[in-house]
Amino acid sequence: MTILELERVSKRFVKPLDLAERLAGRRPEVVQAVDDVSFSVSEGDVVGLVGESGCGKSTLGRMVAGILEPSAGAVRFRGGGHRGLKVQMIFQDPFASLNPRMRVEDIVGEAPLVHGIVKREALGDYVDAMLARCGLDPSVKRRYPHQFSGGQRSRIGIARALAVKPELLVCDEAVAALDVSIQAQILNLFMQLRRDLGLTYLFISHDLGVVEHLSDRVVIMYLGRVVESAPAEEIFSRPNHPYTQALLRQVPRLETRKTDFQPIVGEIPSPLAPPPGCHFHPRCPHAMPVCKERVPALREVGSGHLSACHLNGA
Amino acid sequence: MNTLEVQDLKTHFFTRAGVVRAVDGVSFEVKPGEVLGLVGESGCGKTVTGFSILGLVDPPGRVVGGRVLLDGKDLLKLKEEELRRVRGARIAMVFQDPMMTLNPVLRIDTQMMEAVRAHQDVGNEKAFQLAKEALERVGIASPEERLRAYPHQFSGGMRQRVAIAIAMLNRPRLIIADEPTTALDVTIQAQILYEAQKLCRESGTALIWITHDLSVVAGLADRICVMYAGRIVESGTVDEVLDAPLHPYTQGLIGSVPSRNRRGAPLAQIPGMAPSLVDLPPGCAFRARCTRAQAACSEPPQLQQLEERLVRCFYPL
Repeated sequence: MTILELERVSKRFVKPLDLAERLAGRRPEVVQAVDDVSFSVSEGDVVGLVGESGCGKSTLGRMVAGILEPSAGAVRFRGGGHRGLKVQMIFQDPFASLNPRMRVEDIVGEAPLVHGIVKREALGDYVDAMLARCGLDPSVKRRYPHQFSGGQRSRIGIARALAVKPELLVCDEAVAALDVSIQAQILNLFMQLRRDLGLTYLFISHDLGVVEHLSDRVVIMYLGRVVESAPAEEIFSRPNHPYTQALLRQVPRLETRKTDFQPIVGEIPSPLAPPPGCHFHPRCPHAMPVCKERVPALREVGSGHLSACHLNGA
Repeated sequence: MNTLEVQDLKTHFFTRAGVVRAVDGVSFEVKPGEVLGLVGESGCGKTVTGFSILGLVDPPGRVVGGRVLLDGKDLLKLKEEELRRVRGARIAMVFQDPMMTLNPVLRIDTQMMEAVRAHQDVGNEKAFQLAKEALERVGIASPEERLRAYPHQFSGGMRQRVAIAIAMLNRPRLIIADEPTTALDVTIQAQILYEAQKLCRESGTALIWITHDLSVVAGLADRICVMYAGRIVESGTVDEVLDAPLHPYTQGLIGSVPSRNRRGAPLAQIPGMAPSLVDLPPGCAFRARCTRAQAACSEPPQLQQLEERLVRCFYPL
């Protein structure tokens, strides 16, 4: 069953001009952070959203969580527009996303109390249960965030999100700031919670290894657009889009030794002035004249496997 | 002959909370053209090791023991003035954040020519020529034009290339690179790794690549040293260490890397977290997190040689 549906979602950021710029007749700078993105997430799935800096994955995650409004298109949760508390977000930086002046019990307990999920008398036990579920000793709940390590702070952030009984978690680079051994602990916690609570995840990451490990479906973005989406096994064994192929080739792996690195040429273009047609064409080894002119549409190239590339024929 | 030999290096920080033994008896060597991966998690002392080699440790930290031999000559015995002639000329360093290491108010050409003329007796024209060649070598298009730009006009990956180009300017014997690709995207990281690899092969420069990411050194390095709590716990060739780790910590690190083989299965995590280095109790620093720990582990284990490899454990795997 579909829990989340994105229909032609776009987000534009416009930088307003100051007086001097208006007098000089400048045009306002527009960044098309997310450009006409559609996909859906089935209940209980983990969908990995992958892309490099500036591809719009965080903006998309924020629109799903309801922090940003889309400029166009619709985000539907269980068929409607209203998400309430059912979509919660877990942020990248476990240092910046917790209020340093609040005790852990208030960070975790405030939202469920305000929203009437739990009565004040029962709050203590409720917070204890949430902390224990996330692998923290409830006896630490009187402490402040600075008294915890990075991994423990991540757990507090997760406990805070779980306290309002969400159905969908948006994790924006939730393990990127952690050391490898701590990252493994948090990834295991995510999988444990998924089994115990039947959660659905939108897992945003630049780390293909993490996404491959966790996800059922993977969506790859490049400069605001979805270039490919498919079941995880399919995308890692049969990537279709040249960008996905290049990306997968370049992920450093433990198994690859003393390789000759074969980088894709060129930089990621500025989202302020993306290239026309297919955004990837200046770096693509297979670019054809049509790639500079027309935006390729997402087409089915296999069962549940969509790719936006002119190579797949008209 | 080894380009660099580090012998029993000790760098301690004398803080109010106690003595932090950030680097506590580290030894390794690097041959010409060799890439050594120095791997460990936050706070294991890998960055301080790099800084100690170059004499860049600030108070309250101090190198309290050991030797750092560059082509046989002990750098720790040099006066500050002599050390200045080594830094940037015979040993160069590349840092994690190129925005912090490039001067934002100077053009790239000014910074690069300054680095050349500090160590070589050449005129401006020759210095400019060398700077241009260095930028070309790291794959920057139209270098003459780019030399006239300021750092903010470059992207993160380009800035890191400039930093590497500066490190290469004086054809150093050794480059120490401290997490140089951690802040970069995957495709840009691959470009930087490609340049680093080419550089070592072509010029015989030795490279120490400091990182927390085992998969990066897997593809790049010849040998690996794994650090934990200020000490090297295991070293050997990349294949030996990654395919058949001897130290339980190395095994735990490898198990923590999500990889294709165990999709969806729980990762073999290491319990607990790294200990505080303030007044670390004697004995094996890893024993609190180790599944193989026994009574003997409360004594400090010494590095023992097993064939060509070194491991600091009483009960190696």
